[in-house]
This record gives sequence, C-alpha cells and structure tokens, in this order.
Amino acid sequence: MKNIPVKRVDLIFEKIVCKEIFKKIISMDPERIIQSVIDSGLKGRGGAGFPTGLKWQFAANEKGDEKYIVCNADEGEPGTFKDRQILDEVPEKVFCGMAIASKAIGAKYGFIYLRGEYYFLVSKLEKKMDEFHLLMKEMGHDFRILLRLGSGAYICGEESALFESIEGKRGEPRNKPPYPTASGLFNKPTCINNVETLVYTVMILKYGASHFMHLGTKDSRGSKVFSVSGDTPKAGIYELELGMSVDEFVEEFGDGDTKAVQVGGAAGFCVPRKRFADTVIGFEGVPTGGSMKLFNSSRSMYNVMHNYLDFFAEESCGQCTPCRVGCQQLLKGIEAVKKGERSSKYLDELVKLATTMKLASKCGLGQSVGNAFSSIVENFKEEIIY
Amino acid sequence: MTLSESISQKVNKHGKTRDALMPILQDIVREKHYISDQDMVEVARQLDLSAADIFGTTTFYSFLDTKPRGKYVIRICKTISCSMKGKNSILSTMEEILKIKLGETTADKKFSLLETNCIGWCHKAPAILINDTPYTELTPEKVTEILREYIKQR
Ligand SMILES: Cc1cc2nc3c(=O)[nH]c(=O)nc-3n(C[C@H](O)[C@H](O)[C@H](O)COP(=O)(O)O)c2cc1C
Ligand code: SF4
Repeated sequence: MKNIPVKRVDLIFEKIVCKEIFKKIISMDPERIIQSVIDSGLKGRGGAGFPTGLKWQFAANEKGDEKYIVCNADEGEPGTFKDRQILDEVPEKVFCGMAIASKAIGAKYGFIYLRGEYYFLVSKLEKKMDEFHLLMKEMGHDFRILLRLGSGAYICGEESALFESIEGKRGEPRNKPPYPTASGLFNKPTCINNVETLVYTVMILKYGASHFMHLGTKDSRGSKVFSVSGDTPKAGIYELELGMSVDEFVEEFGDGDTKAVQVGGAAGFCVPRKRFADTVIGFEGVPTGGSMKLFNSSRSMYNVMHNYLDFFAEESCGQCTPCRVGCQQLLKGIEAVKKGERSSKYLDELVKLATTMKLASKCGLGQSVGNAFSSIVENFKEEIIY
Repeated sequence: MTLSESISQKVNKHGKTRDALMPILQDIVREKHYISDQDMVEVARQLDLSAADIFGTTTFYSFLDTKPRGKYVIRICKTISCSMKGKNSILSTMEEILKIKLGETTADKKFSLLETNCIGWCHKAPAILINDTPYTELTPEKVTEILREYIKQR
C-alpha cells in the first residue's frame, strides 16, 4: 500500500476569481461538467463519501425543472470546524460550487442550511450573496441562493432531517429510498453536498479533473480539510493530501504522548497507538468528515466514551427505538460497569447492543454510535472497567 | 405592539407557508429569548396549522427555548475538547460571578447559563456562546472580564 506522508495542499482556501471560472463553466454542457467531477474521483466530504459526480448525474437525470441544490453547512460533528472557516474565508467559492451544480443538474434555487451556532456569519454571508446574485444576473444564469438556519440539533446535518427542518418540521430523518436525488427538499429532486465538496468541484473545473485525481490514493482521491484538536500543539484547520497513515499524522500533529486518535468525530472510530502504523486515513481505512482528535496518555478513555454517549443520547431524534433506547442503555451500561454494579462481562452485552443498533437504526446517527463505542471498548477495556 | 401584531409582522416577512415556520420561530427567540405558549398558539392561528404541530417543531430544537431566558443566554460547550480543556473551571467561574447554577436565570432576567453540544471551536477550546457571539480560548480570568463587560451593559 502506498502511504503518503503529511503533505499540505492549498486548493480550498486559494483565492480565485470566481467570475472567470464561472464564465468558462456557463458555456459547458451539463454532461461535460458532470463528467469532469466523475473523472476527478471526488467523494463527498460531509462524512458518507458518496461519489459527487454520480450524485450530480442522478439528479440531472431526473425529469422536471423544479430541482434544488442544498449546501449542508450544519457541521455538527464534534471536532469538525472547517466548514465555518471555509464559509468565513471563501464564501464566494461555496456559492460558485452551488451555481456549478445548478448548471449541471438544472436547478434554479439553492439553499444553504447553516447551523444556528454560526449565526455570527450571517450578515457577512448575506452581503456576499447579494454580490453573487448580481454576478449570476450578469452571467445570465437563473439561480438564487436562500439562507436557512438550524437551531441547535445535530441530527439536522443528516440530509433528510435537514430537508424536514427547512420545510418547517421536526428534524426527523426520512426512510430511504427514495434518495434525495429522486425526492429530497419539498419532495423534489435535490442534490445535497457538504460545503467543502462544493468548493472542490470549483477547483476541479478550474485545474482539471486529473490535477485532483493525481492527489491521494485509489480509494481516496484528492485532498481534504482536517479539523485538528485535542492534545496537540498544532490545533487548527489544515488541508492535507489524502492517503497518510495515522502514524504520519501523529508524527506531525501529536504532542509526543499520543495514545489514541478519534477519526471522524463521535460518529467515527478510535484508533489506538498500536494501530497507528497500519491505519490509513481515508475511505480505505478510517473515513472522516475532517474531525481528528488526539488524546494523550493523561486522558481517560472512559471519560471520552461517556462524553460521546451523552452527546448521542441527547442528539438522537428519538424516532426509532434501537437508537433512542440504545444510546441511553449504552450510557447507563458503562456507568454501571464503572461503578462495579455490573461485571466487566456486561461490556460484551453492550457491544452486542451497539452492533444491533448499527443494523436496526433508521439513520446514520444510530448506525454509527457503535463505531466509537466498539473501537474504544475493544482497545481500552481496562480504562472503562477500572 | 400586541403579541398578535408582533407575530403577524414576522409572518409578513417570512410568509405563511410551513417552510416559513423555522425563520418565524427563530425571530421570536432572537427578540425575546424564548417562545411562549401564547406565541405558539398565535403562530398556529396565523399559519393555519395546529398548535400541537408548532409545539412539536419548537420543542425539537434546543435553541428554540420554551422557558423564559435572560437577555443574554450563555451556552457553554460541554463536548469532549472543551471538557478536556477546562470547561468545568469556566463554568464554575461563571456560576460564581452570576450567582446562579447551570440551567438557571439571574433574578434580574439578564443572564441564563446553559450547556450545549459542540459549537465548532474545538481548536480554540474552551468556548462559549453569548447569544450569537462566540468567545474562545477562555481562561477563568478571560471569562470574568467578558462577563464584567456584559454586566456593565444594561
Ligand atoms: C447524524 C448525521 C449528521 C450529519 N451531519 C452532517 C453535517 O453536519 N454536514 C454534512 O455535510 N454532512 C452531514 N451528514 C451527512 C449528510 O447526510 C450527507 O451525506 C452529506 O451532506 C452529503 O454531502 P457530501 O456528499 O458532499 O458529503 C450527516 C449525516 C448524519 C447521519
Ligand atoms: S437512528 Fe436515531 S437519529 Fe436516526 S432516525 Fe433513529 S432515533 Fe432518529
């Protein structure tokens, strides 16, 4: 396996003139735009990693001209803060990505769903949106962006819950299928992408698909913006080429005493020191929407696990039983083991429960609680028990 | 302005369709820091929806408070990074200064102290939001100074 040492990339925050790029794209066939995105190998940067070009193609293939582009700026995964920085520094590139998507699939309206915690960005974004709308007019492209805000619910980052929220309802995920490209916002074909994904499409069309494709690995093309936090002297936001191992990452960002890295936030996986060398950060190893949290040996992994379970128990929408009850029982369960009310064997039962949740939960929240749970329990059992 | 007028102002701004509901509720909270039962009934009347529906939506969202809150709602992040970087000492400092416990509102209705999940400032932990403004890389001294400034304001 080819491992790539930590290498900085500058695509997302590179200052560019969107007008020039958009001028070039406006005259392109939708098929060619989509093909470029497919050729680049870009996968969604919001966590699930669905191939972006394919998603655009599915939405483009849907009949009718009432379609929507949605930019997912809910960024609720603990340890993720890169979308905020992107929207703060290069909002015009996000809008440009939405406009390109609108050209590709044939949509006239776009929505940005911004988490309520980022309300302080609103006045700036609105100003930039005005400029953008003037540019669209000048270019003769019929596309308008509307801004909608969340109100403190992590689950609204899940795409169908996000649609429900824009529609003025409780943010409860829908059954799938139908997928958003067939029936999304207002039950119309919808293409929903993460903030970062949209900006990459701009850079792919600017520099060509092969430029992007040549970065990273077979399964994880290109680069990615990482949000680095926890026990590190270099907490912050970094755009790095994909394909590095956790070892290389820790070499660069660790404090010399890293015992575990939580990759992908509370919904992600815990990688213990003994696995650093053989774990690749990317879709072939541990995927991440950007969250990288380092823990050194002074930290109790019980506290980490407890914090995550508390988070999930609060943020579960409560719609389906495996997740609603499962999150609470996992939390109670580790507390009982810690207090000695239950034997350490009970942890095996809890791991089974987490596996059931993965199989039986309706959406990605309940399905991913087991990721952190099982990987922490398996690797740090003593810390959970004693 | 009566409650009904205040709400019809918001309905005029955002529209009468269901997708106007979140912006309307968010405006109410921004104005008076919570949504009362009467607000919900009135919004329901003006949007021609059932009050139960409005209640269901409102109570789903943690930032759409249905309990009266102070003029300044302080939310301290309790998720892992902030908790690792001294969230508890920031919280106890604020409790001492404001003389209230977590979840409470000061008698003069000026401050409420609440917890929240990750607010996206983990690299600058610990962090709080005061209404919509984030404050980061807090120390007990820094948060004391920030609160003193707010206390001075009316
Ligand atoms: C519980 C949950 C929370 C999510 N939160 C976000 C989020 O904050 N931002 C985001 O882009 N995607 C989030 N997603 C993934 C979205 O459902 C969706 O896959 C993504 O927005 C698609 O965009 P992409 O293909 O560009 O990644 C979340 C998924 C789940 C299950
Ligand atoms: S898995 Fe959890 S968050 Fe998802 S629908 Fe079920 S209860 Fe809601």
